[in-house]
Amino acid sequence: MTQTIVIAEMTTNGVHSSTAELITAAMTFGGEPTLIVPCTDASLADSAVGMGAGSIIAAKSDVFANYDASGWAAAIDSVAPVGTVITSASPQSKDLAARLAAKRNISVVQDAVKIQNNTVTSPVYSGKAMQSVSINGPTVISVRSNIFPAATGGASSASVLDTTGKIETSVQEFMARASQRLDVSEANIIISGGRGMGSPDNFSHLEAIADTIGAAVGASRAAVDTWEPIPHSMQVGQTGKTVNPNLYIAVGISGAIQHLAGMRSSKYIVAINKDADAPIFQHADYGIVATWEEALPVLHDSLKAMMG
Amino acid sequence: MTTIIVLVKQVPDTNAKIAVNNGRVDLSAVKMVMSPYDEFAVETALRHREAVGGEVTALTVGGPAAEKILKDAKAIGVDHIVRIDSAEEMDSNALQTVLTKAVQDLGATVVYCGKSAADTGAGSTGPGLAERLGWASVSNIISATFSDSISAVAPGSGGNVKLSVPLPAVLSCDKGDFKVRKPNVKGIMQAKKASVEVHSIEAPASSVTLVDQSLPPAKPAGKSYQGGAAAAEVAQLLRDEANVL
Ligand SMILES: Cc1cc2nc3c(=O)[nH]c(=O)nc-3n(C[C@H](O)[C@H](O)[C@H](O)COP(=O)(O)OP(=O)(O)OC[C@H]3O[C@@H](n4cnc5c(N)ncnc54)[C@H](O)[C@@H]3O)c2cc1C
Repeated sequence: MTQTIVIAEMTTNGVHSSTAELITAAMTFGGEPTLIVPCTDASLADSAVGMGAGSIIAAKSDVFANYDASGWAAAIDSVAPVGTVITSASPQSKDLAARLAAKRNISVVQDAVKIQNNTVTSPVYSGKAMQSVSINGPTVISVRSNIFPAATGGASSASVLDTTGKIETSVQEFMARASQRLDVSEANIIISGGRGMGSPDNFSHLEAIADTIGAAVGASRAAVDTWEPIPHSMQVGQTGKTVNPNLYIAVGISGAIQHLAGMRSSKYIVAINKDADAPIFQHADYGIVATWEEALPVLHDSLKAMMG
Repeated sequence: MTTIIVLVKQVPDTNAKIAVNNGRVDLSAVKMVMSPYDEFAVETALRHREAVGGEVTALTVGGPAAEKILKDAKAIGVDHIVRIDSAEEMDSNALQTVLTKAVQDLGATVVYCGKSAADTGAGSTGPGLAERLGWASVSNIISATFSDSISAVAPGSGGNVKLSVPLPAVLSCDKGDFKVRKPNVKGIMQAKKASVEVHSIEAPASSVTLVDQSLPPAKPAGKSYQGGAAAAEVAQLLRDEANVL
């Protein structure tokens, strides 16, 4: 049996709920995972109770105030036992996973979507193929969200370990976000617009629906490149963000392979496009052949009625 | 003198259709190109040189076929091109060990690379290399300004963060809000004549080994509707069938 260690995914208020999925992923190796909660305030680790960890360690350090790859890897390494380490596959956690693996002179496997008998499967070639590798000995594995079910139960309290590491970078400025809206990389529901929206002003229709259902607004590269008001931070795809929400609604997006690369693993995909032959329909669970002008008002009214 | 290394990797053209034969991806009919994010890394490396002086070396690990992307880097202005000869598949530990030795041998003030390679999508190389060198690292930077240290902008938890990064450091580059330069005729001619320095470095055995590659499971055909009025039914199904609302 392999000793497994899970690094909690953090939000500003505590442990992110997706951490319970990481614990399920770790349990595929047998045994009871140790959860490490990187925090400046040990009470934040209380929010990990009920997520299924065998034990919970609040790794307390000022290092964790802001993300610094070097400092975080050192501070986590010194409190984490030897074994296979599971992290989230968020951009920050993939970076940490790589750094931690290098610190221990072991390998890292990123973006796991399946773990079975020491075989780890991840998408490669932007999701155009799946690759399974066999791991031999302690490895660091980052795990995609929304794939493993959440674990429950487990340890009922956290123990606190003080730790530290050398921070290399320093923050010069927190830059204001271009918009106050939810970021696509943080959302469970995303509604994205493409060139078919006709103008950046028409994104207000997507925003209105997003507000109704708590979604983030995304965009295709054509929209980002054509319209200045649509920032690159909204771009989904090969050269934008890779997202994995429960629901992805693509509006006026043709479904180019580079766009699919960023969103094809979404649990449910809805496509609204006036062209019945648009490639996006081959990937949609629900495809509506219509102009957005026709479909979005109906969709919005129905959603408003449902959400009360 | 500022010595800048930029890591580049050869990958299948991102427009290419991927075929699988006998449990392995078959790339024999696919055009190979420089991984798209590496283009931003090369551009950032050249801008760094233009700001402070020094020299840029493009470095790749691979077989002789990988020299094409080194020539592409040369054509847009890097000074030196180096290939670490390797035929075998390496896990991240083996690859980073080789790169660490290569960077130590060549000497560098800063290393740039793409935020992830378009084939694996992993993004492990930059931070892993930095850790092994004992250097600072920042991943996914979208812009940088250069002096004795580097000031880099990267996404943080609540929006972008501008960080002061001490040198030496490894920076992995996301798509920035700038254009990458294209080669001119003179550059292409120079690249043709340029010779690639080839080194060999022994890699440790890999503990992660390839079992199988396959096409993603085909998604069952979805439901399709004509006309915008169907959006009402789809909204109901999202709640009652898909349970996502
Ligand atoms: C190296 C590389 C990287 C790339 N990275 C990305 C990336 O990260 N993300 C990305 O998205 N793309 C990326 N692309 C670009 C990609 O190839 C496509 O060009 C892009 O995704 C197209 O965007 P689109 O679907 O919005 O536009 P189009 O392909 O122009 O499609 C517009 C769609 O809108 C529909 N439409 C028009 N009017 C209406 C209407 N009134 N109502 C409903 N539908 C309507 C049309 O039928 C059409 O299907 C990349 C390309 C390359 C080469």
